[in-house]
Amino acid sequence: MNTTGAEALIRSLEKKGVEIIFGYPGGSVLQIYDLLRDSSIKHVLTRSEQAAAHAASGYSRVTGRVGVCLATSGPGATNLITGIATAYMDSIPLVAITGQVSTDMIGKDVFQEVDITGATAPFTKHNYLVKDVKELPRIVKEAFYIASTGRPGPVLIDIPKDVAAAVFEYTYPERVDIRGYKPNYEGHPLQIQKAVKAINRARQPVICAGGGVVSSGCHNELLKLAEKCKIPVAMTLMGLGSIPGEHELALGMFGMHGTYFANKAVSQADLIIAAGARFGDRAIGKRDKFAPNAKIVHIDIDPAEIGKNIDTYIPIVGDLKRVLAKILEGTEEVKEREWLNTIKKLKTEHPLKYEKSEKLKPQFVIEKLYQLTRGRAIVSTEVGQHQIWTAHFYKFSEPRRFITSGGLGTMGYGFPAAIGAQLGRPEERVITISGDGSFQMNLPELATALENNLPIKIIVLNNGTLGMVRQLQDFYCNGRHSCVDFKFVPDFSRIAESYGALGVRIQREDEVEDALKTVLNSDKPAVADVIIDSDEKVFPMVLNNSPLSEMIGGY
Amino acid sequence: MKHTLSVLVENHPGVLSRIAGLFSRRGFNIDSLAVGTTEVPDISRMTIVVNGDDYIVEQVKKQLNKLIDVIKISEIDPVNSVTRELVLIKVNADTSSRSEIIQIVEVFRANIVDVNKDSMIIEVVGDEGKVNAMQELLSQYGIKELVRTGVIGLNRGPKTIK
Ligand SMILES: Cc1ncc(C[n+]2csc(CCOP(=O)(O)OP(=O)(O)O)c2C)c(N)n1
Repeated sequence: MNTTGAEALIRSLEKKGVEIIFGYPGGSVLQIYDLLRDSSIKHVLTRSEQAAAHAASGYSRVTGRVGVCLATSGPGATNLITGIATAYMDSIPLVAITGQVSTDMIGKDVFQEVDITGATAPFTKHNYLVKDVKELPRIVKEAFYIASTGRPGPVLIDIPKDVAAAVFEYTYPERVDIRGYKPNYEGHPLQIQKAVKAINRARQPVICAGGGVVSSGCHNELLKLAEKCKIPVAMTLMGLGSIPGEHELALGMFGMHGTYFANKAVSQADLIIAAGARFGDRAIGKRDKFAPNAKIVHIDIDPAEIGKNIDTYIPIVGDLKRVLAKILEGTEEVKEREWLNTIKKLKTEHPLKYEKSEKLKPQFVIEKLYQLTRGRAIVSTEVGQHQIWTAHFYKFSEPRRFITSGGLGTMGYGFPAAIGAQLGRPEERVITISGDGSFQMNLPELATALENNLPIKIIVLNNGTLGMVRQLQDFYCNGRHSCVDFKFVPDFSRIAESYGALGVRIQREDEVEDALKTVLNSDKPAVADVIIDSDEKVFPMVLNNSPLSEMIGGY
Repeated sequence: MKHTLSVLVENHPGVLSRIAGLFSRRGFNIDSLAVGTTEVPDISRMTIVVNGDDYIVEQVKKQLNKLIDVIKISEIDPVNSVTRELVLIKVNADTSSRSEIIQIVEVFRANIVDVNKDSMIIEVVGDEGKVNAMQELLSQYGIKELVRTGVIGLNRGPKTIK
C-alpha cells in the first residue's frame, strides 16, 4: 500500500504498540503531527522538549516499556539532548524522533538545521538519519529493538521533512537482523560455575545490586539468592528497590553518600557479587581501596563495563536474570552466617540518623511521607541533597518505584519524569521530591500536569539554596559559599495555586503530618512548599579520594 | 605497545565519524587509521593502530564493539602477519644529491615516481620499520612533504576475519 513517510512512521509506531508520545511540534514535523491527530497513540504536549524526553524516560522506568519522544528540528532537537543523555547514562530505553530539514538542504545551515545525529552520537546507543523513505519501517523496528535489548538505552531517528512527505510502498519488516548487534544473554557456564564456587566458599559476601537488577527484572532471583545464601545486599542509587528496603539483608545504598553499614560491609567483604552495577565513581570511593579484601564477581549484560573501573576475578557477561537463576541452582543453602551478626551490629550501632532542632528537618518530612504512603508510592526526585535524603529515608519495597537521574545527575529530571510515570501508571500514587533549585528548572510542567489531570504531588524541600553544591563548598572551599544562596525564592504554594493546583506551605514539624495528608488526599496536582533548615547536610559522606570505609558525619 | 586492529564496519556514511568520535571522547590514541571497502561491497575494513597497554586495548575493543555499525574486531597478529604502509616523500634533490638519493631508493627497493630539477617524489611500501628508516635517511636532504596511508595488514595463513 502506498503511504507517506510520516504515515509509515505512525503505523510502525502503532505496530510496536506505542501508546503514548511525549513531544512538542514544529515546522519540520508538521506531517507527523497532522497524522497524530487521528492516531490511536496519545500525544502529550509538554512545555519544553527537554521535559518530553524526561517524561518518556519516567514512563519507561515505571512500565519497563520503551519511552517515545518527538521534537522538531534545530532547537527542538537540541532541547531533547539533556533528556537523551540522562537516559543514556541510566540505560533507559527511549526512542527519540526528530524532524530534520529536507535532504537537499542538509549541510547548508538552513533555518532550524542542526546535526542532531552528530551531536547525540556520544550518548545514544545508536542513531539514524533517514535518507530514503523505504528504510523508515526497518529503522523504526531496529530502533525499538536496539533501545530495549541488551543494555537498554536511547536511540534517535532523525527524519528529514521530504522523507516524511515522500510516498512509497509500505511494508513492515517481520524480523530484525543487525549483524553488528548480537547481545549475549547466556552467561558462560564455566564462569557461572566459578561464581557458584566462590559464593559457596565466601565467609563475608556482599551483593552490590545496580540498575541492571531493575532493567532485567531479576529482583525475585536476587532475593532468593540473598536469602538462600544469607548474603546482605548493598544497592547503588540506581539499584534501590532491588530488594525491599526494610528487609533484614538490605543495607541500603553504598557509595559516596552510602549508609555507614553498607559502606563498611562492602569494605570488609571477602566476596563482592556485582549484579548489574558498573562500579561508577560515586559508588566506589577511592578506586584502588575499594573492597580491598574482596574477590569480585561481576555480572553485566554489557561486556565493556567489566574490568572498566574495577578489576574482576570472575567476569560473567549475560542477562542478570538468567545468570542469577543458574547461580541460584548451584549454590548451597547457608543456615548460619557469622557475618550477619557483624552486619546486624553495624546496623544497630550506626543507623541512619539526623539531629533534631527547632528548624524543620527534611529527613523527618521524608520519613513521614514514607509512613503515610506505607512505602507504596512511586517517588521521583530531582538532584541534590533531597535526592540522597530520599534514597536514605524512603525505603523502596520493589524496583521501578524510585525514579532519579543517577548517572548524569540532571536537575529538572524528576518532575517531568513523574509526569511520564503517572501516565504510565495511572492507578499509582506518584510523588516528586524536589529542591527549590531543581523545581525551578522545569516548573512550567505544572501546566502539563494540570492539562492531563495528573494528581502528582510535589514536595519541595525548600532550603533557599543549591544545597548540595553549598555542602560541597563547605567541605572543599572552606565554607566560602559562592552563588548558591538564592536572594529570591518564589512562594511555590502560590505558584501552584495560580496553575490551579493545590498549594500548601509547611514550616513547622507539627504541621507536617496534617499538611502532607491534605496534599496526598487531594485529587489534584499539589505542591507542598516545605521550608527546611538550610544548614542541614547529607551524611554520611565519603570525601574525594577516600576509601568507602572512611566516612564523616551522621553516625 | 602498539596494537593493530582490523575492524569490519557497515559501509554507511557516518561510520567513520562515530569511530573517530569514540576514540577522541574516550581518550584513546590512534596511531593510524586506514579505511576502504572489502570483497563484500557493503562492508568496509578499518585498520586501526592503537598505542596503549592491555587495559586500553581491551577497552578500545569493547567500546568499538558496542557501536552497532561495527561488525567484527580482531587484532592483527604482531608476528604472524603481513602489514604494509605506503608513503610518498617529496625530497630536495639537486644535481649534487640526486645520485646519492637514487642509491638509497634502490637499497630500499623503493620507487621514484616523479622528478624535477629541485626535488623528487619517492614511493615506499613496507612495514613501519622500513618506512621510518627511509624517512630518516632522506631527512638529511630535506623532506619537503610526506604523506602516509596508515598501516594495513592481514594475518598470514588461511584464517580470515569475517
Ligand atoms: C542541570 C544541572 N545543573 C547543575 C547541577 C549541579 N548541582 C548538583 S546538586 C545542585 C543543587 C540542587 O539544588 P536543589 O534542587 O535546591 O536541591 P538541594 O541540594 O538544595 O536539596 C546543583 C546546582 C546539576 N546537577 N544539574
